[in-house]
Amino acid sequence: MNNTPLVLVAIGVLAVGTFSMRFAGPALRSRFEMPERAQQFLAAAAIVLLTALVATSALTEGHGPAGIARPAGVLVGGILAWRKAPFVLVVVAAAATAAGLRLLGVP
Amino acid sequence: MPMRSIWRTLDRGLARDIGLVCLADGVVGLSYGAISVGGGLPLWVPVLLSIVVFAGASQFLFVGIVAAGGSPIAAMAAGLLVNTRHIAFGLAVSDVIGSGWRRWPGSHLMTDENVAFAMRQDELKQRRAAYWAGGIGIFVCWNIGVVIGGLAGSVITDTDVFGLDAAFPAVLLALVLPALRDRSTRTAALVGVVIALIATPFLPAGLPVLLALAGMLFYRAGKPALEEAPNE
Repeated sequence: MNNTPLVLVAIGVLAVGTFSMRFAGPALRSRFEMPERAQQFLAAAAIVLLTALVATSALTEGHGPAGIARPAGVLVGGILAWRKAPFVLVVVAAAATAAGLRLLGVP
Repeated sequence: MPMRSIWRTLDRGLARDIGLVCLADGVVGLSYGAISVGGGLPLWVPVLLSIVVFAGASQFLFVGIVAAGGSPIAAMAAGLLVNTRHIAFGLAVSDVIGSGWRRWPGSHLMTDENVAFAMRQDELKQRRAAYWAGGIGIFVCWNIGVVIGGLAGSVITDTDVFGLDAAFPAVLLALVLPALRDRSTRTAALVGVVIALIATPFLPAGLPVLLALAGMLFYRAGKPALEEAPNE
């Protein structure tokens, strides 16, 4: 890395831009009251984003597929969560499944 | 919400779950710090990013591009794109964050994890407690992890060995599952997932997840109206 000022500017703009995006909702909402239906819609939109994040981070890496171990781990965690297993178990089982499969040479 | 009241509102189970996610985030921070310094960047780059940007995916992208000799401006643009989802999160959790001065630190502490923890709670008071405890805990653990990882250099660069790459999607999945019991939300989310997965090979990181919002066209539809689906 040989261009320190440019890196600093890039980090600064990324920080200000990211904060502005985070702040937009709270800033808007303090100006007017949101109707109940709009509130529900926004909550559902956040769930849609989070679910898409689950799918892309579980199944893809960069622009390609994520292999087998990771999706398998997430699947095990998902099934446990669905069966209402304790959260700790969900997280540990997902990680252990992926790690265990990799130990066996599964990508 | 004062700090004391956050801790009083959090029940022990929730506090333990949040603590676990904070710990896992700290380990990912370790690897991020180590990868950055191992890639030839000075320690202050990953550390500064963690404090002022505080958004894991965009930070990994940023240091990945810059360490590979790419343009810092391209790294910045990629990071901004990945972080656009925070606009929707901010709209959804603004009542959880609160009003007045709290909006400033509260907005900065917004992550996928604490938003998901907040959405998972039933009452506003619990949502607030989960959001703030998660945000503060993750901020502290993440930054400590990054500094230690950066100083330790190439000790821990591959957290995939521990399966942490599978743990994070599982965490978010466990937190959104209850909301997906609602049929209309589930339909919107499934359509969004399909769109995001189809788009991933072709579009830069961040955009596919954002496109998933098109699934909201199906929200309140009651059941999927496939005949009326817009052509991709």
